[in-house]
Amino acid sequence: MTMLHTVNKSPFESNTFDTCLGLAKSGSTVLLIEDGVYAATSGNAASDKIANANGISFCVLGPDLQARGLESKLADGIKVVDYEGFVNLVAEHDTVQSWL
Amino acid sequence: MAIKKFMYINRKAPYGTIYALESLEVVLVGAAFDQDVSLAFIGDGVYELTKGQDTKAIGQKNFSPVYSALGDYDVNKIYVEKESLEERGLTLDDLQHLVWEDEDEDYAEKDSIRLVSRAELADVLDEQDIVLSF
Repeated sequence: MTMLHTVNKSPFESNTFDTCLGLAKSGSTVLLIEDGVYAATSGNAASDKIANANGISFCVLGPDLQARGLESKLADGIKVVDYEGFVNLVAEHDTVQSWL
Repeated sequence: MAIKKFMYINRKAPYGTIYALESLEVVLVGAAFDQDVSLAFIGDGVYELTKGQDTKAIGQKNFSPVYSALGDYDVNKIYVEKESLEERGLTLDDLQHLVWEDEDEDYAEKDSIRLVSRAELADVLDEQDIVLSF
């Protein structure tokens, strides 16, 4: 079973991102959307957690990153996807867990 | 009418919730009443000021250019908390360069953003007559 996790809250204002990382298994994908995209930026506690999360793929929704002016701050190892890519991720995984 | 010191505290990132936009609307209304207005950006509120915001692909209005117009409304005390920037891996260079023109000094352009420590911001907050939180 592969799971797609989506996170839409800022890692600095909610524990949603931490809860997701605690329960995401190796082989799963975490897609950061809306205010969740702040976890995809470099030089902070969230980027350290992503760097240390072995076996989990991280993606970020490009339109939400662009809206917030943070494309240039994207941390290494995170794949940017568009809305079509979001749909593909949903199709490729067995289940989707939306952390709210 | 006596002039009061108003501070608007901004703690939310833009676009994910409506707080940032609502705060900006209220600041602009308040500015029309010739009060002594300050803005503070702390926590995720510092993300409101990032430069290069482009909301075309998410179908929401990009209100970030409005911050650069605040100087024209005599809103030129914009406090950004240093610790909040650092916790997020940001520096002042990641934020818009906000300026105002000082009519008492031949319209010299001056910086509106004041980078302050948490302790310094606490002192500024302590001086206010009215504090509005977003």
